[in-house]
Amino acid sequence: MNKNMEEHYRSPREFDFSGIKPEEAIITTDNVQAWFHKTIALKGISLPIARGKVTAIIGPSGCGKSTFIRTLNRMHEVVPGAGLRGRVLFEGQDIYSPEVNPIVVRKKIGMVFQKPNPFPMMSIRQNVASGFLLQGIRSDHLDEKVEYYLRQAALWDEVKDDLGKPGSSLSGGQQQRLCIARALAIEPSVLLMDEPCSALDPIATARIEDLIHSLRGRYTIVIVTHNMQQAARVADYTAFFYLGEVIEYNRTDTLFKNPANKQTEDYITGRFG
Amino acid sequence: MRNPAGKREPGSQADLRLPRSFVERGIGSVLLVCAAVSVVVTIGIILTLLKETIGFFQRVSFKEFFFDTQWTPLFSNKHFGIWPLIAGTALTSFFAMLTAIPLGLMSAVYLSEYAPERIRKALKPSLEVLAGIPTVVYGYFALTFVTPLLQKVIPGLAGFNAISPGIVMGIMITPIVASLSEDAIYSVPLSLREAALALGGSRLRTTFRVVIPTAFSGIVASFILGMSRAIGETMIVTIAAGQQPRFTLDPRVPIETMTAYIVQVSLGDTPHGTIEYSTIFAVGMLLFLITLVFNLIAHFMKKRFLRGVL
Repeated sequence: MNKNMEEHYRSPREFDFSGIKPEEAIITTDNVQAWFHKTIALKGISLPIARGKVTAIIGPSGCGKSTFIRTLNRMHEVVPGAGLRGRVLFEGQDIYSPEVNPIVVRKKIGMVFQKPNPFPMMSIRQNVASGFLLQGIRSDHLDEKVEYYLRQAALWDEVKDDLGKPGSSLSGGQQQRLCIARALAIEPSVLLMDEPCSALDPIATARIEDLIHSLRGRYTIVIVTHNMQQAARVADYTAFFYLGEVIEYNRTDTLFKNPANKQTEDYITGRFG
Repeated sequence: MRNPAGKREPGSQADLRLPRSFVERGIGSVLLVCAAVSVVVTIGIILTLLKETIGFFQRVSFKEFFFDTQWTPLFSNKHFGIWPLIAGTALTSFFAMLTAIPLGLMSAVYLSEYAPERIRKALKPSLEVLAGIPTVVYGYFALTFVTPLLQKVIPGLAGFNAISPGIVMGIMITPIVASLSEDAIYSVPLSLREAALALGGSRLRTTFRVVIPTAFSGIVASFILGMSRAIGETMIVTIAAGQQPRFTLDPRVPIETMTAYIVQVSLGDTPHGTIEYSTIFAVGMLLFLITLVFNLIAHFMKKRFLRGVL
């Protein structure tokens, strides 16, 4: 494996035009290489993620964008056969150093998945509170908290009378907002979103995007999307991934209006991908 | 073989005729007959049971059968109260489930949540080998090994008792419970485990707070199917539990289960048509109904589980 990784190791080159200063970054990845069995997914990613901003990861299928955000909260290693090298610094601390407990990392860096996955045997209320249950925390004022996070996820008005109903009884878009409420309830500082709208219709998608706007500033959001318009609408910074590498990273408006790299330009103009 | 559609020449008219061979046409009926055999035999068994049971209840009242507490059809002073046999079956089944539920569930959790894929693939079939051991072997294992062992720990344990065959029966049922629970646990979508882990759940809490509750009705279905195996199991209890119908909940003394009673009468020289002879059909009918109810419950639990997950 190591030999393979050396071959694929790419000497750092200029792709980061974001201008994010080290002190502005909440997460910095340092040459992150990831693989599944013998398939290399990431070939050495070094990116700063700006605190309180929305960062979009775009790129064609199989470019490693989902793998990348899963390395940020140690969810990559959950998949059998997954391996990783490199450092991911969260608030200056490497989350892959041996003394770090992945559970603690995941409490600080929450995640929303591609397919809405509320727990089917739990009610809406229990879904929002499931993080406490899973972490073994006895939480006071649960009702207030449930209401607060459902409001945060812009779902409260739709479900306030049905809190006892199963989470799976909601529509797809509502389920996804429930999953966002559930992720926010563990009070992370970073929220990772892995194509959160890919299973949703345009109206539900618009509501999630509104929600992302309302969370900006209080949370750092990293969103993977295959939808370039979505990236342009929600993100402050955008990274274009291709074949396990970052091709270009910049402020979203600049990246879309004035890409520095030919590949980026081809992709965002729809010439491939 | 039919040609794949893509290979057809453009413009040519599709030839949709394909002569069906005799075998092709006949095979359906042959297979239907094979499948029908088991259905017909089952219906035949039920009809026989029903006929003999009706014969039995023409001579013995329901009231005596269900409210008497003595079962002595083979003695001159005949009593036909079924409760001693039910108590015997309940006792042995209880100890069987006391063994099989924790062992089976924990094996299932290990196999599905903790075992590396290679171990899972090797261990699951070998667990099922346990279910292939002839029950007579289990019976003598209970009588000659487990009972003497238990007698050292449990005071007043008779040579024939309900605990030892119950535990051994539980060991026999463990693979069924483990295998069916494992199926249920394994079919819980990966996305739910990931959701739980991403919320900061440890592996243990993820398993017990999310995976097992999600698979719950499937797991309970496996318990119930195991239970119905325990109730119907014959050889182990015949060998190791004694053959003394006794209306008791003391597991240390010899008892007799419904199944063991049927064996006892079948092995003896009870003549056809006598009341003693027809008792085994009444007991058999009750046994059939009990396991049927359990199997139906298991079936519906399983369906509910699948509906809940998918």
